[in-house]
Order: sequence, then C-alpha cells, then structure tokens
Amino acid sequence: MRAVWLNAILLRPWLTLGLSLLLIVAAAVGSKNLYFRGDYKIFFGPGNAQLQAYEDMQSIFSKSENASIVIAPESGDVFSPQTLALIKDYTEAAWRIPYATRVDSITNFQHTSAEEDDLLVEDLFEDPQSMSQAEIQKARQVALAEPALVDKMVAADGKAAMINITVQLPEEQLDQAFRDVAAAARQLSHELSETYPQHQFYHTGIVYLNDAFVTSAEHDASTLVPLMFLTIILMLWILLRSFTGTLSTVVVLITTIVATMGISGWVGIFLSTATVNVPTLVMTLAVADCVHVISSMLYGLRQGKSKAEAIHYAMELNLMPVFITSVTTAIGFLTLNFSDVPILADLGNLTAMGIMLAFVLSVTMLPALLLLLPMRVTVKQQASSGRMEAFAEWVIANHKRLLPFTVVLTLVAIGATLKNEVNDQATEYFNKSMPFRFAADYQEEHISGMATMDFGLFLGEPSALNKPENLQVIAEFTQWLREQPEIDHVASISDTFMRLNKNMHADDNSYYRLPEDRELAAQYLLLYEMSLPFGLDLNNQINLDKSATRVMATLENLGSKEFTAFEQRALDWLAQRAPQIEVRASSPSLMFAHIGETNMASMLRGTVLALILISALLVVALRSWKMGAISLLPNLLPAGIGFGIWAVISGQINMGLSVVMSMSLGIIVDDTVHFLAKYQRARKDGADAEQAVRYAFSSVGRALWITTVVLVSGFAILSFSNFGVNADMGMLTGIIILVALAVDFLFLPAFLMVFDKSSVKKEDNADDTDKKLQTTV
Amino acid sequence: MIRIRSFKPLFSLLLSLLLVIQVQAQTAEEKGLAIAKERKQRDLGWQDNQAEASMILRNASRQEIERRMRLLTLEVQNDGDKGLTIFDQPADVKGTAFLNYSHAIEPDEQWMYLPALKRVKRIASKNKSGPFMGSEFAFEDLSSFEVAKFNYKYLRDEQYEGMDCFVIEQQPAYEHSGYTKLITWLDKEHYRAQKVEFYDRKDSLLKTLTMHDYQLYLDKYWRPMKLSMKNHQTRKSTDLITHELRFRTGLSEDDFSQAALKRAK
Repeated sequence: MRAVWLNAILLRPWLTLGLSLLLIVAAAVGSKNLYFRGDYKIFFGPGNAQLQAYEDMQSIFSKSENASIVIAPESGDVFSPQTLALIKDYTEAAWRIPYATRVDSITNFQHTSAEEDDLLVEDLFEDPQSMSQAEIQKARQVALAEPALVDKMVAADGKAAMINITVQLPEEQLDQAFRDVAAAARQLSHELSETYPQHQFYHTGIVYLNDAFVTSAEHDASTLVPLMFLTIILMLWILLRSFTGTLSTVVVLITTIVATMGISGWVGIFLSTATVNVPTLVMTLAVADCVHVISSMLYGLRQGKSKAEAIHYAMELNLMPVFITSVTTAIGFLTLNFSDVPILADLGNLTAMGIMLAFVLSVTMLPALLLLLPMRVTVKQQASSGRMEAFAEWVIANHKRLLPFTVVLTLVAIGATLKNEVNDQATEYFNKSMPFRFAADYQEEHISGMATMDFGLFLGEPSALNKPENLQVIAEFTQWLREQPEIDHVASISDTFMRLNKNMHADDNSYYRLPEDRELAAQYLLLYEMSLPFGLDLNNQINLDKSATRVMATLENLGSKEFTAFEQRALDWLAQRAPQIEVRASSPSLMFAHIGETNMASMLRGTVLALILISALLVVALRSWKMGAISLLPNLLPAGIGFGIWAVISGQINMGLSVVMSMSLGIIVDDTVHFLAKYQRARKDGADAEQAVRYAFSSVGRALWITTVVLVSGFAILSFSNFGVNADMGMLTGIIILVALAVDFLFLPAFLMVFDKSSVKKEDNADDTDKKLQTTV
Repeated sequence: MIRIRSFKPLFSLLLSLLLVIQVQAQTAEEKGLAIAKERKQRDLGWQDNQAEASMILRNASRQEIERRMRLLTLEVQNDGDKGLTIFDQPADVKGTAFLNYSHAIEPDEQWMYLPALKRVKRIASKNKSGPFMGSEFAFEDLSSFEVAKFNYKYLRDEQYEGMDCFVIEQQPAYEHSGYTKLITWLDKEHYRAQKVEFYDRKDSLLKTLTMHDYQLYLDKYWRPMKLSMKNHQTRKSTDLITHELRFRTGLSEDDFSQAALKRAK
C-alpha cells in the first residue's frame, strides 16, 4: 500500500506536482471570501452570557458606542478662551463624522438654570470667544460642580476635557464603519491641531479600541509573517545547507499557507486579530516535517544512494513519525474548540488544518519537487561534534543528583503557578507603543478610566421610575457607587431629577433633592424630555415605558478579578437594599472581565480531552501501556513549569494564555515520542536504561534540539506582536517548548534510569513500531 | 365685442406660450419657492382646530408605547402657528400642558404647566430640533409649514404612490436647525406633502416621514390622519395618529395664553 503510493509519486512527479498545485489553487480561490473583522465582539460567542446581557441592554436603552477625544492644552487649563473655542469647533465639526448621532462636550452641555419661572436651557459655552472672563469663570464653576461632567467630560483639575462622539453603527460591514469613524475623527484632530497648536489630542473609546484591534492585526500581518519567513529561510539554510532543500521547503510552506487561508475563506472563517497569525504558526509547525524528510534524503545521498533511492528512503523512514506528530499537534490545536472565544477556536481549527495540509504536501509535493529539482550534495558526513554524546554522558553521570534537583525545581515552579491570576482587560492587550494604549493610559491618569459598567434597574410596571421609593433607591445606589474607590464617574437619572427640582424652585440649593411625589417626578421628566436637544433623548437612561433605568458607571481600568468583584459587590448592595428590583449589569469591560475565567474553565476541559486523546495515541504508537504512562510526565510537566515561570515574569493570564496548555501539549508531545521510541527500541534490544538513554540521546538528541530551536523561534516571533493575546501566547508557548526539551533531556532520562530497572524481553512488534517512529536527523 | 371674442383663442394661446416661457426661464430655486407659496396659499384660512391624537413610540427592538394627547392649534398669519398640547396619558402626566408659539426663523416660545407644581414655567431654549416628547418627531417637524422657514429648490417631478409629485429640496433658514436639508414629495394635485426625507449635519439620511390617509376638512384643507416617522440611524420610529379632528372650534388668542395653560385640562 505504502509502496504503491510512494511509487506513484516517484514515478510520476509531474503528475503529483500538477495535482497538488491544482488542489492548492482550488483551495486558494476561497480566499476571495476572506474578510477581516476587528470589532471586539469577535471575542465572544453568540451564547456568551455577558454578550447577551449587553445586547439586551442595548436593545432596551440606546446603544452607547462611542469615540472619545481627550484634549489636553499645554497651558494646563481647558477653560481658556482658546481651548474652549477649540472644543466648541471640534464639537460642531464632529457632527459630520460618519455615523455620528450625537456629540457631547463641556461647550454644548445643556445647562439648565432658573430665572424666576423661566427655565433657561442653553449651551454651557455657547460662544466662548465672546464670553467675559467673569462669565467663563461662572461656567467653569458650573462644569466642575456638575456630576454629569466632572471626571467624565472634564478633568476635576481642569487640565483636560473630552469630546464624546456617539455613533450608531450599521450591522453590516461593522469593521469598515469603525475604521471610517476612527479615521474621520483622527483627520479632524489633525486639522484642528493646526488651527489650535499647543494642544494634544488623544483618541479613545470603543471605536478606537476596535481600531487598535485592526491596527495590531495589520501590524502582525505586515511584520511578523515576513519576519517569520526570513527566519525560516535562514534556519533552513543553516540546517540543510541545500538550495533545493530550502527552496522546496519554502514552496511547501507557502502553498500550505495559501491553501489554508483559502479553505478558511471557503468555510467562512474570517480573518481576525487571532487568525492573522495562523500563517506564522503553520510555518513554525510545518517546517519540521520538511526538515525531517530533506535531511533524511541528504543523509541517503551522502551514503551514495541515487536521488530516487534517497527520497524513497527518506519517505519510508519519516512517513509514520511525521504523521503521528502532525496528528498530535493538530489534536492539541483542535481542542481550542473548547474555548469560549470564537476566534481562538478559529485559530485552532485553521492551524490544525494547516498542519495536516503541510503533512500531506510534505509527503506528496515535497518528494516530487525534490526529485525534479537539481540537487548537489557533497559526499561528506556532517561533522558530528559528539557534543550530544558528551551531554548524554553528563546526564547519565549526574542523574542521581539531577532527579531530585529537577523534582524540587518542578515543585517550586508548579507552586508558583498558583500566583498566576486570570486577567482580561481590553486596554492592556495593547503594548505601550500603541497610540490607543497611550491614549487610554492618559485618559485614566487625567480624567477617568475607560472601563464602564452599566446597571439596568428594572422596576416592574410602566412609569414605576417616577415612584418616590424607586427614585430613592436609584439615588442611594448612585451615591453608594460614588463612594466606592474604584469609581471615577456615575451618570444617573437621579441627578437629573434633583437638578430639575432645584431649577423648578428658582435654583434654590435646598431643593437639590428628589421630588416627593410621583406626579411631580413624571412632570419634571416630561418637561426635561421636551427641553432636550437634537440627538439626545431619555432613552439613553430610561426605557420606553419608564419601567427601567440605566445607571452608567465609569471605573478605573481594573483587572478582571477586581472588576467582577466590584460587580458582585454592587449587585449585593442592591439585593440587600431593594430586593424587589431586578438588576442586570453589563458592559464590554464586563464581557472581557468574565471571558478569562469562563474560557479558562472550558479550556481546562479541553486540555484534559487533549491529554487523553494524545496519551491514547502514544499508547498505540509506542504499543506500550507503560511507555504511555511514563509519557504523561514529560508531557504535563512543561506546562506546569512554564506557567510557574510565567507567574514570575508576569502572572497575568489572559484569554490567549488559557489555550496555551492544550495547544503546547500537542507540540511538545513530539519530543517525548521521539525520545521514548528510541529509548524503548534500545531497551527491547536488550540494553539497560543507561545504555538506552545514551542511544536515545545520540540518535534523536540533535533532531529534538533543532526542532525546538525552530519552534521556539517561531513562537518568539509571535511574542513580538503588539497585541497581548498573541504576544503572551507566543511567549508562553515558546517557554513551554523550551522547558519541554529540558524535561526530556534532564528529567526524563534521570527518571527512566531510576525507575525503569526491569529488564525487557525482546518483542517482535516493538521493533516494527520503532522503525515507524524513527527519524534520521 | 364680436371682434374681441374672435381674438380670444389666439390671446389665450399667446398667454399660455408666455407662461411656458416664463416657467422655463424660472430657476430651480424660483420654481421651488413658487411651489412652496402655492402650498401655503392653499392652506390658508382654516383658523383653528382641535385634535385627539396618539403617539406610538417604537424602539429598535420593536417594543412600543402609546401616549395620548389633545392638540389645539391656532392659525397665525405670516408666522408659525400657536399650539397647545394637553397630555392625557400616561396617567402621571395627565393635565400637563405645553404651549408653543412657533416662529419661522426665530427660536420658538414655550411654556409648560405642571399641575403637580401648579405653576407655569417658561422654557427658554434655542432647540427646535430636539425630540417632541421623546418621539422621533422634532419640534420643527411638527410646527406649521411656513414659507420663510426654508430656502427652496425644485429638483424634479416624480411619481410617488401613484401620484404625480414635485420633489423639492428645502434648506432650513433657522441657524440652529438640526438638518442640512429636507427633500419633500408634494402631490401636484393638492400640494400635500406625501413624504419628507430629513438629512442631518453630515448630510446623511436621518429620518423619513410619510403621510397617510389624507382627509378633507371644510372642503379645502387636507390633513393626514397618520404621520409615520422612521429614524434610519437609531431604527426607532413614531406614528402620530389623529383620532378626531375638528376645525373652526372658536378658539382665540385667549385660549393660547399662559393663563389659559393653567385652565387647560
């Protein structure tokens, strides 16, 4: 069977090449369906509880997506005529930004005041340049005392102000809409910075969060993918020293990637901040297949075999091991389907598919290419420095010290993993070199955090909001929120009622309190409703039949643990104070805060499944329950130690890291398979543990070393991503792969020599298995 | 006499030729203005009316709520009309009354009577584009049609719902208007607005208003029994439904005074 297949390829290389290319082209055509999505909702599945709560809230109250522009004058005072004029100009011009439905700032804030029985509703700074110093001072005091403005639209110290652009985005082509808004506001800032120099503009808000997702994905695609290509070519050259070998590998890698992305288009998986790195991952993982095949072939050629014979030899030798390692790696990636983050599942599926495609191409197209392309080889055995053998001797000599040492180290590292903390916070996904992160940090430092938490208070029957007892609860809740250290700002309808009550009593401050009866409250609200300007209605804070209100809190950019703890505290307070009121909390920040933990829980299930599947595969492949059991240790320890190291480096586990465990399991298992297979073969040939370890080192030591270097380089490159989910994932996976090699080289031999003392009888089928698993590098 | 009579066909031919030339010589702006004047002309003299109406407010997820009110209107020559709105539903705002003197290019004058406070409050504001009672109708959408409110431009003739219509572009003359332009479909037969598109400050389509079920009053005045306003950006909509409408009910200036506001119930 295998011979038929091999001969088919080797006798008809052109046909093989042609057929492969045909299939690749057919797959590649699918890339016409590829599109990019950068909105934050791609991180959440349709069943995500927080997403649903958020969308419910958005359908009951107005949508609240926004672009925020923070303006900081060098003078340090936003209440200068110059800066106020800038804010006013910006506010007016921003109405022309695509999808803008409302623009708010301190200048167009609808200030209400009373003059006897007149209620004046006017812009707080209608024409700043014609206002006297005294008038500006008066308006300044109003702004800094107004709960709706201070710490939200203007810094309490007056050093920075914000312009908030509310946008209503279309359902279709959401991504492009986000980009258009972001670009238009940036352009406006640029134009106004020329008219008003000595002002800094910072762009934040949901619009720029999405923009940052897009920018970071573009950055990854335009820098990391080419960098990976260069690295791979360089490494191939160093490893193979063969132009044809390098070229053929690069061809296989490119066609694999093209076909993978094409199939992605066919099956309707879109590009995202996560899947944009599929090419980098596939390249990293696929290069090993090719290297194994080509170096076996080169070995054969040096032995004086003909080209066809050498390829035949290489294929015979590598088919099974390359298949098994591809399958285990693919399984690891497929378990990303357990993730609650749809784009991480996409990443897993695409990478798994890429890996299997790479396997197919490296046993069909690759040999055909190698056969057809000219190849020269110097019949000189590559100088075996014997370093690996020397290292093996050192490990053997020190194994009694190594074992307890590694055990202690492992225990310490695993103990350290407990210090890791699940943390997902959208702004922290971006590294500080990105303008968005810089802007978000600036905003947090000077005005308020970017995190929000909206509380929907559902009061039962229509118009229930106007009941004094309900207003009382809302006011107390607002007050309680404001007293919490995490809170920067609270927008609540209770403030409006109090302000109106004061306005209705000739601005008498003693009436800054809630109206005492239901009719009065309802009539105030109607009056207020009738006085609102274009683009504003009560729906932002009150639902249609006035049976519910939304209290909107702005918080410091907390970690997800603190954030969810705050959520609970607030819900508990309300449950205690007003158990009859149904409360729901929601916001994009809450979605991110919860995703880490739910994702971690589901990925743990995924990891367990991956472990079971992969271990079962190893039992079958090694044809030994014992070896399968032993393999658990080197397969599990690296992740444990890796996460321990992570606790020291960072300690923050974001949604990207929760998938690392199962993903890396599929990769590191390859090392274990190779090492144990050689060890097992030697043992079955009658060698004792020590001799078997020596044999394993000398036969696969270098190969493991090389594949580790390739893999670690690939994941290290991923860690250069500006996007924390990708960068951390790359870094931790790299660390785990490196640790896995250390475990296989230091712990596993020592463990085997201490515990595997029984002598093994020679078994026929064991020999057969080993041949299948043999690699040649 | 006989001679003159025999010239009459020729005379009218000449006259109509002249008219045709004149019409062709009209700019689009002039034609738009002429149509607007004709529209206003045809709606003069109705004096006052009283209506029972409902507003059905719908949000993007199709939830809806009804608010009931009575609308009293007094025709004012050469300026915006005076309107008194008395709210009947929901119950907690029953008896609240809102008085509005609309003006073509000046801010409107507004008063509100709050029965729970037993006081009339004047609302001094330049907003005309703010929502009326949380609906998709802005104040300026509901106030009477006045020639001076807009600059006009005739765009084209078009069929709308089987009617021959003028399509006119109207640019608000009021500087604080929320719109850059309105496109109005006016049927040629009765000069009734059939559809209006509202464009916001970024010149994108914000809302569409359609008029339904026109009824004829006093043999001269057409009024739609249903106005449907759809906001394309927020996907919210409002229907204003007139249940009953009576003309020339004997209302006078006195019924639209601040003192009258308190009496209205």
